Amino acid sequence: MKNRTKLPVLYLGLVLALMYVPILVVILYSFNESKISSVWGGFSLQWYARLFRDRAMFEALRNTLVLGGASCAAAGVVGTLGAFGMTKVRLRGQGAVEYLSALPMMVPEIILGMVFMAFFSLIGLPFGMGTLVLAHTAFCIPYVFMLVKARLVGMDPSLAEAAQDLGAPPVRVFFDVTLPLTAPAIASGMLLAFAMSIDDVIISVFVTGVDVNTLPIKIYTQLKTGVTPEVNALCTLMFLATLAVCLLAAFLARERKAKE
Amino acid sequence: MKAKARQKKGWAWLTVLPLYAFTLLFILGPLIYMVVLSFLTREEVWGVRLEFTLDNYAGIFEPVYLRTFGESLKLAFLSTGLVVAIGYPFGYFMAKLTAHWKKRVMLLLMIPFWTSSLLRLYGWIIIFRAGGVFDQLLMALRITSEPLKLLYTYPAVVVGMVYALLPFMILSVYSSAEKLDFSLVEAARDLGASPLKAFLTVSLKLTLPGLLSGLVLTFVPSMGLFFIADILGGNKVVLVGNLIQEQLMKARNWPFAAALSIALLLLTTVFLWLSRRLSKEPS
Repeated sequence: MKNRTKLPVLYLGLVLALMYVPILVVILYSFNESKISSVWGGFSLQWYARLFRDRAMFEALRNTLVLGGASCAAAGVVGTLGAFGMTKVRLRGQGAVEYLSALPMMVPEIILGMVFMAFFSLIGLPFGMGTLVLAHTAFCIPYVFMLVKARLVGMDPSLAEAAQDLGAPPVRVFFDVTLPLTAPAIASGMLLAFAMSIDDVIISVFVTGVDVNTLPIKIYTQLKTGVTPEVNALCTLMFLATLAVCLLAAFLARERKAKE
Repeated sequence: MKAKARQKKGWAWLTVLPLYAFTLLFILGPLIYMVVLSFLTREEVWGVRLEFTLDNYAGIFEPVYLRTFGESLKLAFLSTGLVVAIGYPFGYFMAKLTAHWKKRVMLLLMIPFWTSSLLRLYGWIIIFRAGGVFDQLLMALRITSEPLKLLYTYPAVVVGMVYALLPFMILSVYSSAEKLDFSLVEAARDLGASPLKAFLTVSLKLTLPGLLSGLVLTFVPSMGLFFIADILGGNKVVLVGNLIQEQLMKARNWPFAAALSIALLLLTTVFLWLSRRLSKEPS
């Protein structure tokens, strides 16, 4: 009997361990003295030193964060307002618009990249940060919209109605009742959107300009041409940032549970 | 009262305006343009001519390109199959853990999931490179006597695909298995069903929605993940995604790229439709 309960646990452990192998390999080799990644030449921090002197890397990091911030903010506004309105009104073609707006989630990314590239060049938009933000906003909106809409549908409508009956104008009802109640959904939608944006390669390579690089685009070109352990160092730092955010999120969730 | 209702409605209408405008302008617009583009004639060097043609669609049926579609489908089926084989038991077993362990496993799962996909891909390059980690390990264990040089081969691409898509399957199977009442499985066992039969008639049937949504989440992107084939497969593995990218960026044949995209879109639509029908069937 005991064996039967142990086997699944062993399986879970094994798969999880395998998931971390590539990540650990990258981290390990970021401390490698040798430039050739198949040889271990001893411990060294030289790649980190080189990374911090690399101007282009910082430029790419800045671009990535600006792009993620701008598109997740735009998606946050458009998606939240849209979800709010869609649950309130019945308009002609509403279902079709809702379906269309969710399309970027369902279509293979390469197709999105291609249609945006063709369309932007048709309407004559100069490729660069502007086109990047537009394209990223398009695939970020569904994350916010769907989460917020799900929250609104599951919400008790009597709260907003009560505020309305007490004489609050719609704008106040929105800001004092609806918005605070949907805030967790908006926040997680925007966080998801931000994460998708800063990790995106496929759409970005199609809609970026010649001189605008984001970190994923830069890493992608390096992986194709030839990598220096500098990229390992960069990846290690990125992983640490992810790890910190994940642990923080888990910690905050536990705190909130404890409070309740 | 009526005026108040209208006022409320008018205000709500304003809030959907940005979503409507953005969707029509930047989703519907580009999609329509893609369809139009796929029927236009390509200029010799650059750009398109406003001349209706079906040549772009006819081009897809050339043996070279048909083979690419076949290869893509094969790889998508193979990786999706492996993802099911590895991910389904994981999600299922995970749902059986205690609440405390569920949370821990979820956190351990989320960390690689949120980690940059390029970083994880890069790890596989180091592992598969000739004389890299994998070769050294195999030689140390005396399984092979010389490096296998797995980088830029088909198996490397399959591993990369499975690795990238696995979390989606695990999470969607888990979310559906978590709602499963395991006492139903026990009841089936008590009534004399073999473990296999209990699993097939109770567990599998009740977790089918999760499995199907996992299938959609893995199969659809696997057709377009050109950068995995690009990085781990060199130029040996050419998928529809790679073909579209090549036609856009190198050959500069946009109408053909548009026709290829529409063909890929139709394939995925058929698949989505099939899975939706299947998920409705049990109920």
